[in-house]
Amino acid sequence: MDISTQTTDALPPSPEPTLTEQARSARGASRPGDRVFLGLSRGSGILLLVIMAAIAVFLTYRASLAISKDHGNFLTTFEWNTNLTPPVFGIAVLAFGTVVSSVVAMAIAVPVSVAIALFITHYAPRRLAGPVAYVIDLLAAVPSIVYGLWGALILVPHMTGLYGWLDKYLGWTGVFDWQGGAPRSMLTVGLLLAIMILPIITNVSREVFRQVPQMHEEAALALGATRWEVIRMAVLPFGRSGVISASMLGLGRALGETMAVATVLSPTFDIQASLLDPGGGTFAQNIASKFSEATQDGRDALIASGLVLFVITLLVNGAARAIIARRKEYSGANA
Amino acid sequence: MSTASLADKRANSLRGASLPKWSPWAIAAGSLVVAVGVGLAAGLDSKVQWGLIAAILFILGTFGIAARVEGRRQAKDRVATSLVWVAFLLAVIPLVSLIWVTVARGVKVLDVYFLTHSMGVVADSEPGGGIYAAIIGSLEQVGLATVIGAPVGILTAIYLVEYGRGRLAKAVTFFVDVMTGIPSIVAGLFILSLMLIFSMQPFGFAGSLALAILMMPVVVRSTEEMLKLVPNELREASLALGVPKWRTILKVVLPTSIGGITTGVMLAVARIAGETAPVLLLVFGNPFINNNPFEGAQASLPLYIYQQYSQSAGANAAYDRAWAASLTLIAFVMILNMVARGIARWKAPKTGR
Repeated sequence: MDISTQTTDALPPSPEPTLTEQARSARGASRPGDRVFLGLSRGSGILLLVIMAAIAVFLTYRASLAISKDHGNFLTTFEWNTNLTPPVFGIAVLAFGTVVSSVVAMAIAVPVSVAIALFITHYAPRRLAGPVAYVIDLLAAVPSIVYGLWGALILVPHMTGLYGWLDKYLGWTGVFDWQGGAPRSMLTVGLLLAIMILPIITNVSREVFRQVPQMHEEAALALGATRWEVIRMAVLPFGRSGVISASMLGLGRALGETMAVATVLSPTFDIQASLLDPGGGTFAQNIASKFSEATQDGRDALIASGLVLFVITLLVNGAARAIIARRKEYSGANA
Repeated sequence: MSTASLADKRANSLRGASLPKWSPWAIAAGSLVVAVGVGLAAGLDSKVQWGLIAAILFILGTFGIAARVEGRRQAKDRVATSLVWVAFLLAVIPLVSLIWVTVARGVKVLDVYFLTHSMGVVADSEPGGGIYAAIIGSLEQVGLATVIGAPVGILTAIYLVEYGRGRLAKAVTFFVDVMTGIPSIVAGLFILSLMLIFSMQPFGFAGSLALAILMMPVVVRSTEEMLKLVPNELREASLALGVPKWRTILKVVLPTSIGGITTGVMLAVARIAGETAPVLLLVFGNPFINNNPFEGAQASLPLYIYQQYSQSAGANAAYDRAWAASLTLIAFVMILNMVARGIARWKAPKTGR
């Protein structure tokens, strides 16, 4: 790396500083060691920016190669045939599948995580709260491939009963219609993703709930509020923006999760109205499953779909961070 | 709670009637019994369904009984409490199941032979073989990623905390946040696009580069937090003695926060050790031992799990190997986590709070 060579070149023999030099440094001109160190650390910061820019540039470059060869419409084609000449592929199915699986995951994970965060901060006996928070942290540390293996071999067989039940009583809605295939569909994927993003939403929400001013809660209690009313009137309004940004961080993870989806989902390249019938796919899952058999053009096409995923996660995460940053400014609770 | 029970004994006319303290347990037990009864009667064989019925009965029962005895507001409060408890129990189930299954199925084939041999020519459906090549690959890839990612991350954090003013620092902070959210597969695709341009074949170090990209923002974040905890008085005292700023950072700030920084780096290592997607794209997997991360496809522990699962077409021997490899990976990650947390507690800077 060029930074390291720069250091060795720029490292001075460190002469004894004379009085005038010391006086100058006191006035603000920095010593050589300082300059090197500043250069190094600033260089690292710039390197991060360069990496981000490079990711965008190179992905766009390879994606543009692929899209120029695409004989379908990149946005609306319901096909992924990169081995044809000319290749025909489009991201419509992937976009749909990614959104659906993430929405299912969010619908399950957000309420449960908020409840667990409340449990840790407001409900749990103090002796239980610490271990629970620790266990949630452990959930976050489990590698996604292990979740994938567990999901595919343990969760999937256990879903059959639930699928049958949903089909029997809610099948008329169309959303829960089930033809009887293996339960490797968007609902199972969403449930598994929910389990995986639970820790991050819980942890951020927990931090926010901890910062609720004690005065607000005590004021509500003094007015005779029950514990639930305290939470509804004092805790949740204060933590709302924090919970929203936490959910969006979770959403960012759910959108980009690869292995857990790739192991559980049995993908087909079409759009299903039902959550229970196997079908669809997500950006990340499609890349992982199609990669090994893809040719040069096929890989470029996968990179193009990865670029779309990159932009989506960038927007979601940026929005989440913006909400957190805005909140920091006015709440003063982080001091 | 104690005041409530006191009030109960006194039959205070100012307080409304309240349920005894054991009532939630009683309702829970009752709804569980009814749920099992309903489940057996209706011939539902899934324990999950029993649990769901029990949970619904418990919440409805709590609301009904509390609403009659204590009033609607108290009833709502009780329902909220029970919902929160149910959510907590729901979250514990998958973790317990995951750990239990991984350990129970993993120990079947996990032994010294498994750890010291590679797949080689063992077919996916046959028993035998092991994860030696995968362990070597993982250690080398993660090690190289750490060598690149940790210094860059720590130096960036130093820049942000000690020097960072103005627009550059703001931009770096923002993009570090954004970078934390990059899907691992996108980092893999980035390196892949470079490899396509130079038409390179998969090799271990390419995976390290992608892992380093994923590691950097995590290290920056945690190191930043740790550096901010170092009291300003320490810096000022050192600077007042005429020590240059860079020596102040190296000799005062970093030693004070070294425990926390180590923790952050170890947690980041634990995170990237389990990444599969970039390794799948860039390192490709290899049943034979390849000790050179700079040339030729390598194996990797998370990738090994995925391949044993996906290429085996349901062979039990392959699933057993996948579980055993999962157990090894989880053990590695958990040990890293626990050691990291231990270091954090042991070396935590005293903040006076």
